[in-house]
Amino acid sequence: MEPTRPDSGHFPVRAARRARWAVAGERALELFIRLCGYSAIVFVLGIFLFVFKEALPILTKEEFTLGEFLFSDQWYPTSELNKRYGVLAMIAGTFSVTALAMVIAVPFGLGAAIYLSEFCPPKLKETLKIVIELLAAIPSVVWGFIGLTVMSKLITQYTGAPVGVNILNGGIILALMSVPIIVSIGEDALKAVPDSYREAGIALGTTKWQLVFRVLLPAAKNGLLAAVLLGVGRGVGETMAVLMATGHAVHIPGGILDSVRTLTANIAAELGEAPAGSDHYRVLFLTGVLLFTLTFVVNLVADLVVRGIRKK
Amino acid sequence: MNADAQTRFTETPRVRRKLRQEALAQWIFATMAAAMIVPLLLIVGYLVVRAAPSLSLEFILDVPRRGMTDGGIWPALIGTIYLVFLSLAVSAPVGILAAVYLNEYAQDNWFNRLINLAVINLAGVPSIVHALFGLGAFVYAARFGYSIIAASLTLAIMTLPVIIASTREALASVPRPFREACWNVGATRWQTIRAVVLPNSVSGILTGVILQVSRAAGETAPVMFTGAVFFKAVQRGDLLPYYLDEQCMALSMHLYTISTQVPGVKESIPFATAVVLLGLVLTVNAAAIALRVRLRSRKKW
Amino acid sequence: MVTPMPAADLHIEIRDLRLAYGTKEVIHGVSFDIHRHEILGVIGPAQSGKTSLLRCLNRTIDFTPGTHVSGTVKVDGQDVRKMRNVFELRRKIGMVAPLPVGLPLSIYDNVAFAPRAAGLTRRAELDALVEQCLRQAALWDEVKDRLNSLGTKLSGGQQQRLTIARALSHQPEILCLDEFSIAIDPVTTMRIEEVLKELRKSMTIVLVTNLTQQARRLADRTVFLWNGDLVELGPTEVLFGDHPKDRRTYEYVQGIFG
Repeated sequence: MEPTRPDSGHFPVRAARRARWAVAGERALELFIRLCGYSAIVFVLGIFLFVFKEALPILTKEEFTLGEFLFSDQWYPTSELNKRYGVLAMIAGTFSVTALAMVIAVPFGLGAAIYLSEFCPPKLKETLKIVIELLAAIPSVVWGFIGLTVMSKLITQYTGAPVGVNILNGGIILALMSVPIIVSIGEDALKAVPDSYREAGIALGTTKWQLVFRVLLPAAKNGLLAAVLLGVGRGVGETMAVLMATGHAVHIPGGILDSVRTLTANIAAELGEAPAGSDHYRVLFLTGVLLFTLTFVVNLVADLVVRGIRKK
Repeated sequence: MNADAQTRFTETPRVRRKLRQEALAQWIFATMAAAMIVPLLLIVGYLVVRAAPSLSLEFILDVPRRGMTDGGIWPALIGTIYLVFLSLAVSAPVGILAAVYLNEYAQDNWFNRLINLAVINLAGVPSIVHALFGLGAFVYAARFGYSIIAASLTLAIMTLPVIIASTREALASVPRPFREACWNVGATRWQTIRAVVLPNSVSGILTGVILQVSRAAGETAPVMFTGAVFFKAVQRGDLLPYYLDEQCMALSMHLYTISTQVPGVKESIPFATAVVLLGLVLTVNAAAIALRVRLRSRKKW
Repeated sequence: MVTPMPAADLHIEIRDLRLAYGTKEVIHGVSFDIHRHEILGVIGPAQSGKTSLLRCLNRTIDFTPGTHVSGTVKVDGQDVRKMRNVFELRRKIGMVAPLPVGLPLSIYDNVAFAPRAAGLTRRAELDALVEQCLRQAALWDEVKDRLNSLGTKLSGGQQQRLTIARALSHQPEILCLDEFSIAIDPVTTMRIEEVLKELRKSMTIVLVTNLTQQARRLADRTVFLWNGDLVELGPTEVLFGDHPKDRRTYEYVQGIFG
């Protein structure tokens, strides 16, 4: 018993049906989109599993112990009689270079972030942000090249060090590379501090100096921490620049003018010479597992910190 | 009363000290900003000056000569273009669709949070670990051998998370009420995405992809062990010198090789190579930024 | 509470509808019926669950994470929460949101979007439909010469009428208006109110409004919601008369609280 509709002339939309191929095509496409979304997990697991799989056989060998791998500074992978696979020297190299880089990059990066966010006139700010974005785009091999040529010359000239490729060189290069990240994330963190904080500070008659140190830095500390952590992540994972700028000495460094070798540079330098499937090759993959884990943890913590700010 | 007001607003030593402090703060932070930027501009300038003797069109078009100690960079440049475009041909569609899934379809549940976590961590994996993965997965396991294909796929996985991130940002900039208006009239999610979301975020997506061109072009470690080679004989100016299942030269690796591995290279050549690579990367980047600025000023709402 | 109606007249049936965002319940078990071809006014202060109610009706509530719905909503005797083709359901219902949303498409495409999504492709039919809907929304005369310009560039009042035209474009049987007159001037509001009286002959209209006088002018029956509870439902004359059943209704419509 259809009720009468006074105006029920013509309802083309109600009669319309979507073509069957259109509906089926949409289903297929949505399935594909879903699979692409899942792919990120597949890749991360894939990376870990493949690198781990290549490294695995070495872990079951009798003459190899994980303790020696992590805590020995004896690295003689190609020796005929006495093969040793300790990466402690490389771990020390990675940490010394990264630490020096952070010592340089964090104050300057955060200073630049504070300048951009609090002092800079808007026109200049736009320009500086573009410059910083461009700096972030400079390939690491070009940075390495700068370290190898320009920076090493400057270092031998001013410090009297016998070789210019050393911790100082790698640290400076890595610092310059990390600055764009620290600046942009740090600036975001400062931007996230509500303007009412600033207004309250100014209303109380504080100088900008006091405002920055008493109000903004405490309020933005999580974001700034995340910026620093991401800088560390980049430093630990950086390969080409440190390969070219830190020299190749496998030993635990005594000062910042010593040459070192980092975990990443070690893989890059030796992977080409290690025959596939050899112990040497597997140890290099194991170093990869170590690096993967290290950066995973650093990035995870940074992400949690960032997420913490967003929730607030 | 009047006199009172006057004493209140004159510069007391205290006020003067505050003003001085203020100026000092600004000066210090500005110096810190400058200290990070100015040396770089000087360095880049220095590179260009040192490169000048070799920089010419001939340098770009010519092949390396005399055991790579002289000549040009043509095979490396073309190899880089091969690697960049092949890798983006894979990572751009996958990355864009993955971002569409994460931004438009994914409900907030543990599994999708896991995907987000994976994307973030994929972005943090060191490039040398990508190289190890490419070697283990594509060169050996998939039996591509050392080849352009293996190197491009390695690069593709490396650029994927950044494409996902930039695409998501572009998608999220389309306001939600537009989507709700479409859902209200009985449109499916895909119809909504197709009609309203994608057309209004395509410029942002494109910018993100272009930025990845420059990143992929500069990467060295991932291609070094999967498909790039020190030297490959190529005709001068040949546009299609490589097959996909063979190795190629790459500009970034070429720079590494001639500056560290080959003795007796003509002095200005590594500098010129660095300048060309840098110029290529910065030009592409600047183009992406210009596109972004231009499109931002043409918003539809 | 609800007087039984002949089945043919029953269009929407709501029984013990509860809705919670996370742990916070915003609708606490509401039951009422909506009749075919009536204008039902829904009044109540802010936060009383009016908009959420509409979103349960066309199931766009599904898009908000963390919501929990219980009870039944039946349209034409079918439980909307068990419907497999929600797109069909949403096409049955025209929804006009409080703030105007012109899609970043041309004016023509704004109106033709829903019919196209439903599968209507013939150009002549689309042209006729676009004109009809824009006329019904009292917008045709202002935009007929620039159907290709962007819908987002129209003024707020025009965009709101565009939203109404879009809600009519899929030829719904039910039209829900959620405080449609917030963004438009009184003259346009009056014109649209005239249109609504006309449309009532062919569809059921649910008019959610903050302006109690608007409900009084248009609605056949009015329901008063307060804090997620149904306080009173009855003929508009009764609710707005001197003796509604509930004191709170009297106080709200007379402007004593709310």
